[in-house]
Amino acid sequence: MDYLSKLEHQSIYLFREAFNKFENLAMLWSIGKDSTVLLWLARKAFLGHVPFPLVHVDTTYKIPSMIEYRDRLVKEWNLQLVVGRNHSVLQEGRTFPNGKATRVECCGTLKKDALKTVLEQKHYTGVIVGVRRDEEPTRAKERYFSPRDKNMEWNVEDQPPELWDQFKTDYEKGTHIRIHPLLHWTELNIWEYIERENIPVIPLYFSNEKGERYRSIGCYPCTFPIKSQAKTVPEIIQELRQTNTPERAGRAQDKESEDAFEKLRRDGYM
Amino acid sequence: MTTPGATEQLKIVIVGHVDHGKSTFVGRLFHDTGSLPEGKLQQLQAISERRGVPFEWANLMDALQSERDQNITIDTAQIWFNTKKRQYVIIDAPGHKEFLKNMVTGAANAEAALLLIDAHEGIQENSRRHGYLLNLLGIRQIAVLVNKMDLQEYSEARFNQIATDYTSWLKSIGVEPKVFVPIAAKHGDNIATRSAKMPWWNGPTVLETLDSFKVSESPQDQPLRFPIQDVYRFDQRRILAGRVESGSIRVGDRLIFAPGNKSSVVKTIERWNAPTTDSAHAGESIGITLNEQIFVERGSIAALESSPPYELTRFNARIFWMGKQPFRKGRSYKLKLATQEAECSIEAIEKVIDASTLATVSRHQNEIFVGRHEVAELTLQFKKPIAFDTIGEIVPTGRFVIVDGFDVCGGGIIVPGNYPKRTADGSHRSDNLYWSHGKVTVAQRAGRNGHPGCVIWLTGLSGSGKSTIATELERELFNMGRQAYVLDGDNVRHGLCSDLAFSPEDRRENIRRVGEVAKLFAGAGLIAITAFISPYREDRHLVRQMVADDQFIEVFVNAPIEVCEKRDPKGLYAKARANEIKEFTGISAPYEPPTKPEIELRTGESSVAESVGRILEYLHLQDVETEISI
Repeated sequence: MDYLSKLEHQSIYLFREAFNKFENLAMLWSIGKDSTVLLWLARKAFLGHVPFPLVHVDTTYKIPSMIEYRDRLVKEWNLQLVVGRNHSVLQEGRTFPNGKATRVECCGTLKKDALKTVLEQKHYTGVIVGVRRDEEPTRAKERYFSPRDKNMEWNVEDQPPELWDQFKTDYEKGTHIRIHPLLHWTELNIWEYIERENIPVIPLYFSNEKGERYRSIGCYPCTFPIKSQAKTVPEIIQELRQTNTPERAGRAQDKESEDAFEKLRRDGYM
Repeated sequence: MTTPGATEQLKIVIVGHVDHGKSTFVGRLFHDTGSLPEGKLQQLQAISERRGVPFEWANLMDALQSERDQNITIDTAQIWFNTKKRQYVIIDAPGHKEFLKNMVTGAANAEAALLLIDAHEGIQENSRRHGYLLNLLGIRQIAVLVNKMDLQEYSEARFNQIATDYTSWLKSIGVEPKVFVPIAAKHGDNIATRSAKMPWWNGPTVLETLDSFKVSESPQDQPLRFPIQDVYRFDQRRILAGRVESGSIRVGDRLIFAPGNKSSVVKTIERWNAPTTDSAHAGESIGITLNEQIFVERGSIAALESSPPYELTRFNARIFWMGKQPFRKGRSYKLKLATQEAECSIEAIEKVIDASTLATVSRHQNEIFVGRHEVAELTLQFKKPIAFDTIGEIVPTGRFVIVDGFDVCGGGIIVPGNYPKRTADGSHRSDNLYWSHGKVTVAQRAGRNGHPGCVIWLTGLSGSGKSTIATELERELFNMGRQAYVLDGDNVRHGLCSDLAFSPEDRRENIRRVGEVAKLFAGAGLIAITAFISPYREDRHLVRQMVADDQFIEVFVNAPIEVCEKRDPKGLYAKARANEIKEFTGISAPYEPPTKPEIELRTGESSVAESVGRILEYLHLQDVETEISI
């Protein structure tokens, strides 16, 4: 079996374990390439169906074409969408673009807290998230089935063992489990798979007339495009095979301090 | 279509005692293969400078704040790099004993291992424990890197000494290391390039060693194991989802589902956005539909009839324990094996082992448990049969984890035992079992008892007089000083056959079991008397075949149905006529009379005493003196 198929079949297995073990399951959908591949793999696992809702945490600072793309796929693929927003912080304008919060604080309230509210309101006990180990060092330590406590916090020092495809599927009331079916994929694998399966992705990933493309997509005040001539999926693959620049180099919130991202994740960020 | 240049991927784990240089080695490996993200080295060097501490290669992997403070790896981290041959996923596993569950997590997901030993400190507790666990976890490709050669002046003698000592340890636990390589990770000696400091070394570098490892493939050539992960009904079809763990599955294959006796034929193989094929192979996550709609749940293991797994209520295992609380006898735990979950408990512990010394851990007699970080050989027992293989036969169904409360606390492999195997039709088991013969012969038993053992099988309609004749015959035989016993239908249903209902399969199984018990009684020299309607010729024939020719005496208790219905001692005929009992023999279900019974009793015409007399006559029994008569 070729290695992309190995990755794919492992992800399908993880999806099916999650669906069997969690009665109240949801999947986070950030509209980016990873969560779109995640969605594709869900349809592989459930033979064309997506038998749980997708949660999109909307900061209102997303690039507008992302929202258009989201709504189009919801219609075409017959998806159930749940949108989460931190209304109070948005109303009060306590955001980074308004100059009333640091980048990290802004991520904390608009993404993490908004997510927490959705999880509480909907009582989700299993949340599928498309993080990958190669994205950055904190995520490298993740488990496929990763518990979060009552405050959504991640205890990175005391994680469950994972062996032989047996996962932590028993959990205390009030806690939840994050499920990471893409954990073992790399950025390059994602693009190779997009190519193999011909998966539609948002055009922001392709080089525009200014010779720029997004490698990682988030909120526009904190996400910056890279110089690139890659206009097609094979060209992106070619570019990634040669680059030594990390994927999240264009994500400003990671760089506020040495361990900014780790702190965000410990507190429940995806 | 796959992009040209896409290559294979190999997962390796780095293990070894704490401070033997694992993270430093990984940092260096990345640097030397040009795999570091741009600016990462400079960034880490700048951080070190700002803090006024010397730069450490290990910081590359130990990216978490808490680790930088302690300078040890807490969790298992994964990171990728490429050689010309392929992509590698490096799993850096912590060396602290406390973090064993993380080491296990890292190692269990790897295909090969690099085990580091500090040339200066030599073989330490976790050098041995990790070696033992790698073997237990199924890692067969192991290379040992003797690190920090710079602290031993790159001495060939020191290297050879460690290689010899550690080889003999590995051999004692049945492991054959692939190669030992002398390195100095800090300086990059023998990692990507050959070290000028060790001109005596003619063996491979670490990179060459890595490229010589093989990528593991799911077992294609072994018997099919398809554990059911879930059952989907997204439309009108019922799809059994799962991953083929070993072998292949094809449309048209007759599958058996273990544990249990269910069987059906594969109708289709289901995938989404993939070419339709009529087969699937080990490693593929698929769905199947079946020709007949049978009730199968998550946990069942589908196999071919010709090579089913074991189905038993106990097995022998070797386990390691990671739980904060010990694994105790007398408590029950949840065991997960493939997709099966079963309640288990310790039946007996053979021995508890310290994996770093192989010494048996001594316990007080009444303290039966496996403690944290200990390894044990033991027998687990289950309330219901569980389907499994031994680790040597099929790996994915030969290992399991144990859950205590909310947490996975132990892992284990199933070792060989004298397990009887079920065979194709599910009702006969084992080709490895033999009938064992004692020292007392059949003739000796018959001599003592004054008669040979036999089975007197009464068959006939309900109300024909079977039970009355059986109990009267038993009393007569007892009074004659004979060894006789009646196997009663209701009594058997209370215990031996309490798991059976009244479906045709279950009725058949009921008769089969009674036949087997009657056979054992006859073997013990007793006259076993049974009184079951046993309406089917085939079932009675099955029992006849179990025992020796002249030991089976089929007695047809023949009374016309009108007579039986008139007697109706249990009121059953009335209920059957009122349609309250379905499939009642003689009314709504057939009775197949024997074609050549040894004895036929026409109980419509003759008395009970006459009938009993006929049977006694057939047995040619002489009366003997008895002390008790009833």
